[in-house]
Amino acid sequence: MSKTTTRPAVRKPEAENGGAAPGAGRPTLEVIGLRKSFGTLEVLKNVSLAVEKSEMVFVLGRSGSGKSTMLRCCNRLEEPDAGEILLEGQPITGSGVNLDKVRRRIGMVFQGFNLYPHLDARRNITLALRKVLKQSRDEADTRAAAALTRVGLADKAGNYPSQLSGGQQQRVAIARAIALEPAVMLFDEPTSALDPELVGDVLGVMRELKEDGMTMLVVSHEMAFAREAADRVVFMADGHIVEQGPPEDLFTNPQHESTRAFLSRYSYGP
Amino acid sequence: MDQLIQQFFNIDIMVQALPTILRGLGMTLLICAVVIPLGLAGGLMAALASTARSRWLRWPAVALVDLFRAIPPLVLLIFVYAGLPFAGIRLSPFVAVAIAFLLNNSSYYGEVFRAGLISIGKGQWEAARSTGLTQRQTLTHVILPQATRNVLPDLISNTVEVVKLTSLASVVSLGELLHAADLARSVTYNASPLTLAAGVYLVLLWPVVRLLSRYQRRIAV
Amino acid sequence: MSNLDRFIETFLNGAVLAKYTPAILQGVWVTIELSILIVIAGTLLGTSLACIRAYRLRPVSFLIVIYADIFRALPPLVLILLAYFGLPNVGVTLSSSTVLFVILGLTLGAFAEEIVWAGITSTDKGQWEAARSTGLGFTQTLIFVVLPQAVRMVIPPLTNRAIAITKMTALGTVIGVPDILNQATTAQSFSGNASPLTLAAVAYVVLFLPFVILSRWLESRFAWKKG
Ligand SMILES: Nc1ncnc2c1ncn2[C@@H]1O[C@H](COP(=O)(O)OP(=O)(O)OP(=O)(O)O)[C@@H](O)[C@H]1O
Ligand SMILES: [Mg+2]
Repeated sequence: MSKTTTRPAVRKPEAENGGAAPGAGRPTLEVIGLRKSFGTLEVLKNVSLAVEKSEMVFVLGRSGSGKSTMLRCCNRLEEPDAGEILLEGQPITGSGVNLDKVRRRIGMVFQGFNLYPHLDARRNITLALRKVLKQSRDEADTRAAAALTRVGLADKAGNYPSQLSGGQQQRVAIARAIALEPAVMLFDEPTSALDPELVGDVLGVMRELKEDGMTMLVVSHEMAFAREAADRVVFMADGHIVEQGPPEDLFTNPQHESTRAFLSRYSYGP
Repeated sequence: MDQLIQQFFNIDIMVQALPTILRGLGMTLLICAVVIPLGLAGGLMAALASTARSRWLRWPAVALVDLFRAIPPLVLLIFVYAGLPFAGIRLSPFVAVAIAFLLNNSSYYGEVFRAGLISIGKGQWEAARSTGLTQRQTLTHVILPQATRNVLPDLISNTVEVVKLTSLASVVSLGELLHAADLARSVTYNASPLTLAAGVYLVLLWPVVRLLSRYQRRIAV
Repeated sequence: MSNLDRFIETFLNGAVLAKYTPAILQGVWVTIELSILIVIAGTLLGTSLACIRAYRLRPVSFLIVIYADIFRALPPLVLILLAYFGLPNVGVTLSSSTVLFVILGLTLGAFAEEIVWAGITSTDKGQWEAARSTGLGFTQTLIFVVLPQAVRMVIPPLTNRAIAITKMTALGTVIGVPDILNQATTAQSFSGNASPLTLAAVAYVVLFLPFVILSRWLESRFAWKKG
């Protein structure tokens, strides 16, 4: 695995909104009593979850248990039916919220990368910098170069997505998100569309983000990685969070029946 | 506003023109019944020739198809109808229309069929031939059914264009729908017969156009 | 006189060609001018309407669909005659060239709207989500992310349609637009010889064949990329 050593300190400047952050002391991301149905199918039934600053939280659960839906509610790609979501103490649910402003503070990485095929790696990253943050071309290019360096792809700035491997595409997608300096990053199965030998590169980048203090909420089936890197693991079943705790506890001593059933299939059970 | 209704939607005049226009519709349908099968057959041959392995077949076929895609159908029609008599070849309007449309439609249907043929992989040919089917049998029983299904929306949308194209026959005074309506227009000094003709075309073609949009959206999703 | 001589005398008569070439060249300019205007207006109109439709405001979308359906279902010649002979009686007098431009521009607009809309709807949903999750607004996503991809997808079918509709400028002859065909039929009746028609056909081939070949090339490139 090729790790980047030259990592410029592109750290999130504290309190962009000036002075004492209003959310000081509160979790970075807070989900309270979230509910969501599709037609008659109740996918999320009262989900509550808090992600502390610089914490990496893993979400596990069977297919269809509502993991993606919860994640997508967090930046309102899905509109929650009920409940509240707070970003750094500020509510982001409700109608008075400027969604575009909120979303730039929440990075999202998709299973299918979703890079823009008509733009090269650099411009995939600079598009939002220029159109949302209204940066100049030079500013945006500098920021994009830093982000690409951070994911180990400084030399791929001019490549189009079709000229990159899956692992490289996903790392560009991560760079696209971190370039906006989000308060929290959401990952929805970032490695499950990748060939096994490319998974490590992406996980390596995520590990480095964590070491740099990024707050992350990750849906993934990479158990070994969760065990080693996550601060906390959350297990979802049937629209509920049934159990959560430090990875060691959850993996070695699961309390809930469905957690045990799930883990035994991945042979991580006790 | 009154004037507008009077000029474009005059019911009395429409009723008066209706029998003429219905006769015109009959002619339009007759033209369609002749030129659509002719165009399909010509198009199929053009497609087979332009996908043939021999370049002595392929190149001339492609060249002819492109030539007739470059010439406006009305130019073709006037050339056949008004030009050929100078060479002693005098054709009735109907035959002139049939010939001009055959040339034009064959090239358009030809392109559609060609796309269909190309969409079928070599594996289908090989599989069929390996079971002992002849080239001809493979084509008619294996390749063409699949090719046609793959390009069905394009075939239908091209057929809509052919039906619309029959309106050009009015230019050589073949008494089809538009000609009948325009005649009534010039007699009554009122555009309502043309509106009526437009209505008839809409009744004929709107459902097809709508269907095509739906169908295309389904594929896209 | 041999048959070949008679053929040349009738369809490629040097004297007749020499005499009427200037008139037909004038027609060529009229055809080119109209074609360019129609393509620009039709493409812009269709693309704008497809974008407006993306906002999914029901009454607006409904009107756009009605417009696109009508202009795709009606033969342009019907609309040309309707506009040319009907409008003056309600006090709107347009020149024959204007009528031709408006009707064919609207026709191309209708087809372009459907084609671009198909391109927009077939753009992957993930593209919208990725763009919106970086804080781009709906309009920004449409313009910078979705439309460029849709346009790439629709260039081959749009080119084909644009060729088919600009060729219809020949219909202007019927209402007296001095285009290639009109000049040629006039010359033909004056000279009593078919050569001007031959020249007209040649002029159309010279004008449109490059675009037909271009569209063939675009299509093969497109198919190759997909496969
Ligand atoms: N847009 C939608 N419309 C209707 N049903 C949906 C929609 N999105 C998700 N669902 C349904 O909601 C349920 C939960 O879906 P979700 O994608 O959140 O599950 P998941 O835990 O992420 O599963 P996986 O591990 O397969 O990704 C599933 O039954 C799914 O079919
Ligand atoms: Mg999921």
